[in-house]
Amino acid sequence: MVDILAFESVTIEHKGRGPVPNRILYDVSFSIRPGEALGLVGESGCGKSTIALATMRALPPGMKVTAGRILFQGQDVNLLSDGDLRRVRGNRAAMIYQDPMSSLNPVMTVGQQLIEVPMLHHGMDRGKAWKRAVTMLHEVRLPDCASMMARYPHQLSGGQQQRVVIAMALMAEPALLIMDEPTTGLDVTIEAAILELVRDLRAKFGAAVLFISHNLGTVARICDRVGVLYAGRLIETGTLGSVFRAPAHPYTRGLLAALPRLSLGRRGRLEPIEGTITVGDRARIGCALSPRCAFSQPQCDGAEIAMHPVGQDQEHVARCVRLDEIPARPVSLAAARPHVNDSDYDDVEVLLSVRELSKAYGLGGRFGGKGKGSIRAVDRVSLDARAGMTLAIVGESGCGKSTLAKVISGLTSASGGEALFRGVDIAGQSVDQRPDDLRRRIQMIFQNPDSTLNPSHSIEFALVRPLKRLRGMSRAEARDEVRRLIERVRLGSDVLACLPDQLSGGQRQRVAVARALAGNPDLLIADEPVSALDVSVQAAIVNLLSDILEQSHIGLAIISHDLALVRHMADWVAVMYLGKVVEYGPADQVFAPPFHPYTDALLAAAPEPDPDAGPPRVVLGGAMPSAAEEIRGCVFASRCPRKIGAICDEVVPPVRHFGKHTIVCHLDLRCGDDAHASRRIKADPAPGFSL
Amino acid sequence: MLRYTAKQLLNIAVTLLAVSFLVFALNELTPIDVARKLLGPYATQDQVDILYKQMGLDRSLLARYWEYLANALSGNFGESNLYRRPVAEILWDRLGNTLVLAGICFAVIVPFSALLGVLAGMRERSFVDRAVSVFASVCASIPEFALGVFLLAIFVVGLGILPGTSPLSTSGGWPIWSQFVLPVAVVTLYDGGYLISMIRSSMVEVMRQPYIRTATLKGMPFRNVVVKHALRNALITPFTVILLQLNYLVSGLVVVEMVFAYPGFGRMMLEAALNKDIALVEAGALCAVSVTMLTQILGDLGYMALDPRIRV
Amino acid sequence: MNEMDRNLAAGQPAAAVAVTPTEPAKSKSVRGRTWLAIRHSPIAMVGGSIVAFWIACALFAPWIAPYPPNKPDALLLAYPYPSAAHWLGVDNLGRDILSRLIWGARTVLTVAPVAVLGAATLGIILGLLAGYRGGWIDAVIMRTGDTLLAFPRIILYLIIIARFGASAFNIILVVTVTAAPIIARIVRGVTLDVRNRDYVAAARMRGESASYIMFVEILPNARGPLIVDLFLRLGFTTVTIGALGFLGVGLPPPDPDWGGMVKETYGMIFIWPHMTLFPAAAISSLVIGFNFLATGLQEMARDG
Repeated sequence: MVDILAFESVTIEHKGRGPVPNRILYDVSFSIRPGEALGLVGESGCGKSTIALATMRALPPGMKVTAGRILFQGQDVNLLSDGDLRRVRGNRAAMIYQDPMSSLNPVMTVGQQLIEVPMLHHGMDRGKAWKRAVTMLHEVRLPDCASMMARYPHQLSGGQQQRVVIAMALMAEPALLIMDEPTTGLDVTIEAAILELVRDLRAKFGAAVLFISHNLGTVARICDRVGVLYAGRLIETGTLGSVFRAPAHPYTRGLLAALPRLSLGRRGRLEPIEGTITVGDRARIGCALSPRCAFSQPQCDGAEIAMHPVGQDQEHVARCVRLDEIPARPVSLAAARPHVNDSDYDDVEVLLSVRELSKAYGLGGRFGGKGKGSIRAVDRVSLDARAGMTLAIVGESGCGKSTLAKVISGLTSASGGEALFRGVDIAGQSVDQRPDDLRRRIQMIFQNPDSTLNPSHSIEFALVRPLKRLRGMSRAEARDEVRRLIERVRLGSDVLACLPDQLSGGQRQRVAVARALAGNPDLLIADEPVSALDVSVQAAIVNLLSDILEQSHIGLAIISHDLALVRHMADWVAVMYLGKVVEYGPADQVFAPPFHPYTDALLAAAPEPDPDAGPPRVVLGGAMPSAAEEIRGCVFASRCPRKIGAICDEVVPPVRHFGKHTIVCHLDLRCGDDAHASRRIKADPAPGFSL
Repeated sequence: MLRYTAKQLLNIAVTLLAVSFLVFALNELTPIDVARKLLGPYATQDQVDILYKQMGLDRSLLARYWEYLANALSGNFGESNLYRRPVAEILWDRLGNTLVLAGICFAVIVPFSALLGVLAGMRERSFVDRAVSVFASVCASIPEFALGVFLLAIFVVGLGILPGTSPLSTSGGWPIWSQFVLPVAVVTLYDGGYLISMIRSSMVEVMRQPYIRTATLKGMPFRNVVVKHALRNALITPFTVILLQLNYLVSGLVVVEMVFAYPGFGRMMLEAALNKDIALVEAGALCAVSVTMLTQILGDLGYMALDPRIRV
Repeated sequence: MNEMDRNLAAGQPAAAVAVTPTEPAKSKSVRGRTWLAIRHSPIAMVGGSIVAFWIACALFAPWIAPYPPNKPDALLLAYPYPSAAHWLGVDNLGRDILSRLIWGARTVLTVAPVAVLGAATLGIILGLLAGYRGGWIDAVIMRTGDTLLAFPRIILYLIIIARFGASAFNIILVVTVTAAPIIARIVRGVTLDVRNRDYVAAARMRGESASYIMFVEILPNARGPLIVDLFLRLGFTTVTIGALGFLGVGLPPPDPDWGGMVKETYGMIFIWPHMTLFPAAAISSLVIGFNFLATGLQEMARDG
């Protein structure tokens, strides 16, 4: 049987301004059999999206296939006539994109965009195409399909938009579905639902899938086989099980070891791959990983490296000459920090005590927002941050976690409740009103490495300024201190003269950490500090933060949507939904039953790179309601899979105590609840994956 | 919608009031000039003073403004010192001429620049794009009077196939239609040059959007992608600007009108301003501002019609 | 002269002038990279050369102009056309056209930049205040600006100049007052975007004053769109000065002013077309120069 898609030693180059063309992909070979799902994983810049576009012969201007062939159902894509190419695109091969909002035409209704496909490819008339589109919307489980057809993309939620894009791709029942980061940017619970949908539709329509992602966990949910890309090269391919259980290439091993996992708990330290990928790595002759690889030997450089079989498995190959010599490297099991018991928390100083804190934003009204009601971004939240410990605030977008961070940091002020920092209420004080010393004590690390540093100022400027402002240093003193700071975040002093755009994302985030440390703070607030970074870089920043906490007595409040990361870092965890804390307590207790139904769903949805993971046990429907809605009962009632009945909608749920652990729910979670007994966090059979 | 209309009407009223007062104040702070101007340099100071009193210019600024406003609201904009006729008459006459020229120009400019802009922008950096962009940039760079001079030198002085002035009378031997060719050409090239680059950059922006890739990868021919998916999006941003050209075409044509001796609104304003014909300047300014405000509202409404994301 | 309309457009999202903060490309110094990039952009090179030529004329006018610019010589009208002695011929009063063009460059290249700088200073301050402070300050600044912009610009010029008389200072004043709201719009747009960036939050976290944040953290990031706009505006202002001269309300004679030169000789275009065509070509070339430079810089900003 002919492969649906086959790449045969494909090299793609971009002709830049320089004399030598820029290599984007080199010697990439793989094939997808009918009905099979192949996952391609890799970090940013590895060339994975180029593969998707090359398949559709839609490379950006300047890029060209310079060697090898791309065969779609046996035909060379680059030899097709324009007409034949159009009969492939959208018909026999369809694509699903990363950002559904921008891939839908904003001025056309969903229906208009859907019916184009069968009208174009199957010559259907408008009426029949319309009917088919409605059926397809039903297939992707959108509610109220008939009225959905008349809506514009901006009237749908992100999850709904992606369902529309999927429906559009399936309209012509293609033989190949290309999915380029289809769930990136969606919330975890929405992501889980979309992935489940894709699994079901695959079974139903039998399409082969090329699934491209940076996220090993999502690949594990969808794919039969995986390929790992690094610097434009496919460096390892094999079945999902063999690659994830017994990764052979040092890079694949590194990726898996760098990833925090729910199942690993707080054990272990993440193992980043040192260094960063550079533009030059794509053009290297020899192993592209060599400059970063701990096992690199002279034989790795100088000559191109072929794929070598891994063990007996014919399907499992890796592009490494030293496969047999690289020692198995067990995941470090040494605890980064000692395990804490309940009583350990009692004598730790509480730095910040948040009580019944609220933040409401006025809606549209010109006079203090009284006119049209308000959004309760944060609604009577109570929690504590302790010196030398990490408090994680976890939840999906719109849950109020970032607003809470802003209130604490003073970037906005609370509208109710108090936040006692060492006994002084800071809730109503915006940062401009705080005394200098207080400002120094609470500092912040931001999410986006692209905007955390001012692109117009050098790194030295970015670090000297806070030293002068917050510690009153002279220029000379500050210059010395800057060198100490930059060493503390493990950067060389050569970065000081650079502008931010000359640094990688990871380096910029290190500078941001150094800037936050400049004032010797007591409390650091980190808002998604690593979510925009690649896995291998993320691990290094996480380790850096852990080390800093260990060395000093700083308290850390980390805001994150990533449960695995939170599991890895946190001592205390607060789970937020729609402005409320629904579960709060020491990490080990929050991550063990009983769970709040929302925590339970989050844990189930978190994608783990586990080849044996079945479908998630709980998949939430719908989306988080708007914070402007009046909710009388439980905030989670509209999506709760374990909703009891009217009481959930009508009555505010009670706070239930389990030791230091609190859950806000009507369910009496204490007494013999079978649903929970079955759902323990899966104990890892073999710790990690012994390599 | 009702709210929007009410808000806009209020907006117009307030702006018109502010503008009328500003112009009034600016021109009447030293009203002595007016009487002097009317009587000429040889009148005695006594004569000037008498006229000054007769015209009521010795009263306070606000009192005179109030009187002016009351008259204006009843449709009486006073008498033009320059033409010795009621302001309203001259205004309608000149405005009519200008509207004819503006209408023809608008009807030519919009399709001309939309076509070139879209052609250039749909394939960024192609030969067509480069050529159109440079053409547009050069056209928009040459001041109207220079462009007028160049075209005049070629078609009137050199070839002698068109009239050099457009007084809208056939006494010079040229038919009326031929008198419109050069003014319309100057305005079309100059203003079109600017519109072309606007539409082109909007089109370029749209062609880079992921939804265009979506449409292409649906298997749609390029032509359909441009016509069905790109065009409407590409016109959203320039739409307001296109409508604003009406505003330029009504009150900004003074230079072109001077070059071709066209009896239009702009020239009237220039003459009025140079001769301190306050009544005329005041009424003309109000007229011009009203046109601006109207085009802005039309722009807003069209914007909403084009882009479903924008609602009042 | 639809300068106003263009300017209104600058406030729209994806208008010809991109209102995005500068995200410079990889290279050492900002100035160095701009220069390098200009050399790669043919259109910017052409524009730059034209502008440089006129700047040189303006700077060295006393040394390179072959004749005094205002010395009439009626005898020359016997043969006013270009000749070996008078490369571009003489005008209707027998003054050497080349010399008048060279001296005229000095006028326009003084008045236009000063006017634009004045507008930029005022516009930057107002834009930063409106964007960063928001609320009623924003409302007042933008509302006032809108009212000024609602005024057809050329008519505003006419009214003001007719009222206060034609002089270089009045032209500068008028351009400053009328261009400032547009620059304020651009700066406000960038400010609204940049003020929500994390580095501004970081500056607030260390207690920086509002003026420090506006001028040190925000303003440098507006330089990309600002520089492009300033070049475009230099072009517009040159057109404006020329048009006012042509309408007879420009710089007072006899000092050479390109627009005025066209006006004075326009009536003689049928017999002595060169007297009109050369100054018209001079002003067109300078505006083309400014606009090409702006286009080139804009392309470079986009390509990084």
